[in-house]
Amino acid sequence: MILLWLIIVPFAGGVAAWILGLRGRGGGSAARWASIAALAVDLALLAAILAGRSAAAGRHGDFFLEARAGWVPQLGISIHLGMDGLSLLLVFLTVFMGIVSVVASWTEITERAGFFHFNLLWCLAGVIGVFLSMDLFLFYFFWEMMLVPMYFLIAIWGHERRTYAAIKFFIFTQLGGLLMLMAILGLYFIHGSQTGAYTFDYFDLIGTRMSSAAAFWLMLGFFVSFAVKLPAVPVHSWLPDAHTEAPTAGSVILAGLLLKTGAYGMLRFMVPLFPDASQRFAPVGMAVGIIGILYGAVLAFGQTDLKRLIADTSISHMGFILVGIFAWNGLALQGVTMQIISHAISTGMLFILVGALQERIHTRDMDLMGRLWEKVPVMGGVAMVFALASLGLPGLGNFVAEFLILLGAFRANPAASAAASLGLIVSTVYALWIMQRVFHGDERTRWTLPDMSVREKGVAAAMIVAIVWLGLYPQPVINEAAPALDGLRRISISGPQAVKIPAPDFRLTAAAKAVPLPAEEDPAFDKKARVVPDISSQKSGEGVNERP
Amino acid sequence: MLSLLWLVPALPFAGFLALALFGRRMGAFAAAVGTGSVGLSALFALAVAAGFISSPPPARIYTQSLWDWINVGGFKPGILLYLDSLSLVMVLVVTVVGFLIHLYSAEFMEADDGYSRFFAYMNLFVGSMLVLVLAGNLLLLYLGWEGVGLCSYLLIGFWYRQPENGAAAIKAFVVTRIGDTALAIGLFFLFLNLGTLDIQKMMNMAALRWQAGSAYPEIAAALILGGALGKSAQLPLQTWLPDAMAGPTPVSALIHAATMVTAGVYLIARTNVIFTMAPAVQFAVAVIGAATLLLSAASALVQHDIKRVLAYSTISQIGYMFLALGVGAWSAAIFHLMTHAFFKALLFLGAGAVISGLDGEHDIFKMGGLRRQMPVAFWCFLTGACSLAALPLVTAGFYSKGLILFSAWQSRRAGFWLWAAGIAGALLTSIYIFRLVFIVFFGKPKTAVVKKPGPRIVIPLVALAFLSIVGGFVNMPAFFGVKDVFSRFLESVFPVPPQAASLPETELLLETVSAIVSLAGVYVAYFFFLAAPEYSEEMARTAPGRALGKFWFSGWGFDWLYEKALVSPYRWFARANRNDAVDLIYSFIAAASRFFHYGLSLSQTGKVRFYAAVLALGAVITITIAVLAR
Amino acid sequence: MAAVPMEHVFVLAWVLFITGLVGVLVRRNLLFILMSVEIMLNASGLAFIAAGFKWGQPDGQVMFIFILAMAAAEVSVGLALVLLAYRQFRSLDADQASRMRG
Repeated sequence: MILLWLIIVPFAGGVAAWILGLRGRGGGSAARWASIAALAVDLALLAAILAGRSAAAGRHGDFFLEARAGWVPQLGISIHLGMDGLSLLLVFLTVFMGIVSVVASWTEITERAGFFHFNLLWCLAGVIGVFLSMDLFLFYFFWEMMLVPMYFLIAIWGHERRTYAAIKFFIFTQLGGLLMLMAILGLYFIHGSQTGAYTFDYFDLIGTRMSSAAAFWLMLGFFVSFAVKLPAVPVHSWLPDAHTEAPTAGSVILAGLLLKTGAYGMLRFMVPLFPDASQRFAPVGMAVGIIGILYGAVLAFGQTDLKRLIADTSISHMGFILVGIFAWNGLALQGVTMQIISHAISTGMLFILVGALQERIHTRDMDLMGRLWEKVPVMGGVAMVFALASLGLPGLGNFVAEFLILLGAFRANPAASAAASLGLIVSTVYALWIMQRVFHGDERTRWTLPDMSVREKGVAAAMIVAIVWLGLYPQPVINEAAPALDGLRRISISGPQAVKIPAPDFRLTAAAKAVPLPAEEDPAFDKKARVVPDISSQKSGEGVNERP
Repeated sequence: MLSLLWLVPALPFAGFLALALFGRRMGAFAAAVGTGSVGLSALFALAVAAGFISSPPPARIYTQSLWDWINVGGFKPGILLYLDSLSLVMVLVVTVVGFLIHLYSAEFMEADDGYSRFFAYMNLFVGSMLVLVLAGNLLLLYLGWEGVGLCSYLLIGFWYRQPENGAAAIKAFVVTRIGDTALAIGLFFLFLNLGTLDIQKMMNMAALRWQAGSAYPEIAAALILGGALGKSAQLPLQTWLPDAMAGPTPVSALIHAATMVTAGVYLIARTNVIFTMAPAVQFAVAVIGAATLLLSAASALVQHDIKRVLAYSTISQIGYMFLALGVGAWSAAIFHLMTHAFFKALLFLGAGAVISGLDGEHDIFKMGGLRRQMPVAFWCFLTGACSLAALPLVTAGFYSKGLILFSAWQSRRAGFWLWAAGIAGALLTSIYIFRLVFIVFFGKPKTAVVKKPGPRIVIPLVALAFLSIVGGFVNMPAFFGVKDVFSRFLESVFPVPPQAASLPETELLLETVSAIVSLAGVYVAYFFFLAAPEYSEEMARTAPGRALGKFWFSGWGFDWLYEKALVSPYRWFARANRNDAVDLIYSFIAAASRFFHYGLSLSQTGKVRFYAAVLALGAVITITIAVLAR
Repeated sequence: MAAVPMEHVFVLAWVLFITGLVGVLVRRNLLFILMSVEIMLNASGLAFIAAGFKWGQPDGQVMFIFILAMAAAEVSVGLALVLLAYRQFRSLDADQASRMRG
C-alpha cells in the first residue's frame, strides 16, 4: 500500500498547493511549502521502505515491494505496482529533483504559483507512477498523465515561444505514446489468444511467444515511443524547443526525469518483453545512440542560446544511454543507471544556473554574456563543476556512468564503443565553450548582478555533493541497482545460452545470489501465489549481446 | 612510516578544498595554505621515502587501499595507492619541485586578484598528479590523468579576461582529450582481455596470456601510446604546449615542464611489460621521440617569446625521454625525467623572474644585458641552460642525456640513426638555449628593470640550481667506476636491460662526442648571436632562410593543418546546422499540413448555393461509385 | 390503372428533381431556394409512391407522409430563418449571407 501512497501524496499535495495558492497574498509561498511538504512526506515514505524492506519482500524475483488491486478485471487491467532497486533509485531521484526544482524556482514563479505547483506535483506523481507500474495499461496511463501538466508548465510559464514549444512537445510525445499503445494492445491480444488469459500484467506478458516478425514490430512500437522521449536522433527535435522555453523547474524535470522515463521504459519493458527482437535490433539501436552522441554535441556547439545549448547536450548524453541499453550486459546497464542519475543532477543544475542567470540579466544569449566570473565567481565555480561533469571528468558521477557504458559496450561491440568514445572529445568542446562564452573572455555587455543567494547556494551545494559522491563512491547506487538489473538480464537472456557464458567475474556479483521467495505473505498483497515466469524453458536463442 | 602515504595526496586536496571554499576571505593567508599543504606533503613524501629505503617493504612494493571505488561484477578498481621505487621517484619530484614552485608563486602572483584561486588550482594539480603517480590501477591513474589535464586547462586560462588565453586553454584540454580518449579505449581493451585494471596483476596477466609481438599487446600499447602522446605533447599532438604558455609562468614551470607533461613518459614506463611485448609500437615510440625532438628543437631556434623557446625545448626534451623508452632504456627515461624536471623548472622560474622584472615583457629581442641587473636570475638561468645543453661533467643533463644516447646507440633496431637524431638534437638544444642566454643576459640593456626578485623567488631558484647540478651524480656512466645508484634503485620495477654488448670504451667515446657537440653548440650560439649577430641576421634575410624560419616559427605548420582540416570544418558545420537540419523534416510536415489547411479553407466560401452544388456533386459521385462497384 | 407506364412517372420525378436542384443552385433569392427545395422533396415523394405502387408495398406511401411532415417542418423553420436573414441583411440574397467564409 505504501507504493500507492507514494503516488497519492504528490497528487494530494498538488491539489492542496492549488487551493492554498488561490489566496491572494502569501498564497504563492503557501503553495511552495505545501509542495515541499508533500515531497518530504514522499521522502519519508521512501526512508520507511528502505528501513523495513527486508521484512516485506515481493514475490517477483528482485521486487521487494508489490501492491496489487483490481481496476478493470474484465479486461485484465489492474493497479499493479512494484518496486525493485531500480525503481527505488528512480523514485528517489524523482523526489529529490522535485524538491530541488521547487526550491530553485522559489522566486522565479510569481504568477499563479498555486496552479504551477499543482502541475509540478502532478507531473512528478505521473513520473513516480511510471517508475512503479507493473501493469502495461497502468504504465500507459501514467505515461500520458505526466504529459498534460508538463504541457501546461511550458505553455503558461514558459518563455517567448512557449506555445510553439508546448504544442511541439505534446504532439511528439503523444504520437510516440500512441505507437506504444498500439504495441501494448498487440501484445495483449497475442498473449490473450495464445493463453486465453487476457491481461496487461507485466509479469504475465513477459515471455509471450510470438513470431519473430510480430515481436519485431511490437518492439519497434515501444522503441519509437521511448526513443521520442529519450530522445534519440532523428526524433529529438522537440527537446531543444521544450527545454529552452520551459520555466526552470520545467526544464529540470524534463531533463532530469521525463527523459529518463524513456530510458526506464527500454530497460524495464522493451528489452525484457522482446529480448530476441531487441537483440537483432541492437546494431541499429547502437548506431542511433552513437549518432545521437555526436550529433547532439555538434548541435550544442553551434548554439548561441545558453539554455538551448544545454538542452542539446542532453541529446548527446542520452545517446550513451541508448548505446548502453543495447549493449545489455552488467557493466553497461550499471552505467545506464548511473547515467540516468548523474545526468539528472548535472544537467538539472546547469538548467538551474541558466534560470538564475536569466532571472538576473533577462537574457540567455551567450553573445551578450562574457567575463561573468568577475561578477559572480561562486556561480562561475558551480557552473565549472557541472560543465566538467558534463564532459565526463573522472571523480564526478557522469564519468563513472559513461565509462561503465563504454566498457560494457566495448564487450558487446568494440567498434561501436570506440565510435561512442568520440563523444568524450566533442563534449569537451561544448562544455568548455560554455565556460568561455559565459564566464571568461571579453566583457560583451556590462551587467551588474548579484552572486548566488543562500537558497541558491544551498541547492548548488546539495547537487555538488551528490555529483561528487556519485563520482567517488557510487557503490551504494550500484549495489542497489545490481539485483534489479540482474533480474532484468535474467529474464531477457535465454536460459540455455545464459548458462554457457564463461568468465563469471564479468557478471554482477549479485547474480549468483538466488533471491528467496518470501516466507510469509503480506496481507496487503495479492493472495495468489505467483512465481517468476521461467523464460528459460520456453525460449531459445541468443542472449542479448552477452558474448563470451 | 609507509602508512602515512595517503597523506601525501590528501594534503594538497585538503588545501584545495579549504581554498575553494574560504579562499576569497583568506587574503594573503591563501599562499600559506597553498604552499603549506604542498610543503607538508613533501615532508611526508620524504618520510615515506626514508621508510621505503631504510626498511624496504616485501618485493619493494607497498600498497595502501583506501576504499572501493566501483565494484560491478569483476570490474572493481579501488582507490588504491601503490608505491614502488618508480612512483617514489615521481612523488619526490612532484612534491619537492611542486613545493619550490608554490613558494615561488607566493611572491610571483602576489599582486594578482585571483591569488587564492591560483593556489587552489595549484593544490588541486599537485593532488591529482600524486594520484596519477601513486595509482594502483589504471582507472585511478586515469582519474589523476584527467585531473591534471583539468588543472592545466584551468591554469592556462587563469587570466580569463583575455579570450586568447581561453582559446589556448581549451585547445590544451581538447587536444590532450583526444589522446585521453585513445587511452580510455585502451583501458576497455585491457580490461576485457586481461580481466583487471590493477597494474601489477595486469602486467602479470599480459605476460601470461599474450604472446610477444602478437596483435593484442600491439593494440594495447598503441592505445596507451595515444594517451601518452597527448599528455606529453609529442607528434602529432604536440601543438597545444607552445600555446599553453599563456598561463602564469610558475604554471608553465610546474605543469608544462616539470611534471604533467612527463606523465606520458611515466605511463609508458609503468606499462613497460606491454611495450616490451609490442616491438613495433615500441619502435614507433622511439621514432616519434626522435622526430619530435628534432622538429621542436628546430622550432625553438627561431622563437621570439622567451617562454615559447622553453616550451618547444620541453617538447624536445620529452622527445628524448620517448626515445629512451622506445629503445627500452626505462630507467634512463625516468632519470632524464627527473633531471629535466629540475633544470626546466629552473629555466622557467628564471624566465619568470626576468619577465616580471621587465614588467611582463616576453620578447627576447627587447631584453638584453640583464647579466648585471639581475645577477641571481642570470646565474640560475645559466645553470639551467648548461644543464639543458648537457655541458660535460658538472651538469645533471649531461649524465641523463648521455645515458639516453648511449642506450639509443645500443638499440638493435636503427640504433645508429636514433643516436644520430639524438646527437643532432643535442647540438640544436645547446644552440637555442645559449642563443637565449646571450640575447637576454648579454649585450646592451634594452628595457629597464622594474622589479628585483625577493627571497621567496630566490630560494627556489637557488635550490633548483643546486638540484640541476647534483641531480646527475646519482647515476654516473660505468667508466667513472661509480655505482649507478639511480638505475639500481629502479631495478625492481624495470626489466634489466640487455647487458651492454659494447664496451665501456664505446660509452666513453660516445660521451666524449656528445660533450664536444654540446660545447660546439655553445660556441655556435656565441658566434651567431653575440659575437657576430650580423651573420645570423643575414642568413635569416635570404629567401630560403626566411621561409624556413617562418615554417619553424609556426611549429612546422601543424596548427595551420589542424585548423584547416578539423577545427574550421567542425565550426562551420556546427554554425550551419545551428537550426538543426533534422528539424526541417518536421517543419516540412507542419508546413504541408498548413498548406492543405489553406487549400481546404478556400472551399469554405460561405455561399449556400455553392455548398448545395458540392453536396449534390458529392451525392452523385457516391451513388455512381455505389452503382459501379456492384 | 396500368395506363401510365412506370418509366414515365420516374422520368417526371427525375425532371422535377432536376428542376428543383437547378433552382436551388441558380436562384439567389432565399424564398425561391426554399421553394425549389420543396419541389425536390415532392419529386422524391413521387418516386417513393411510384415505387411503392410497383412492388405493392405500403412503405412508399408511408415515406411520402413522412416527407410531407418533414417538408412542413422544414418550411416553417426555413421561413422563420428567411425572415431573420432578411432582418439581418436587409436582403433575401443568399450570397450576401456569406459571413461564414473560411
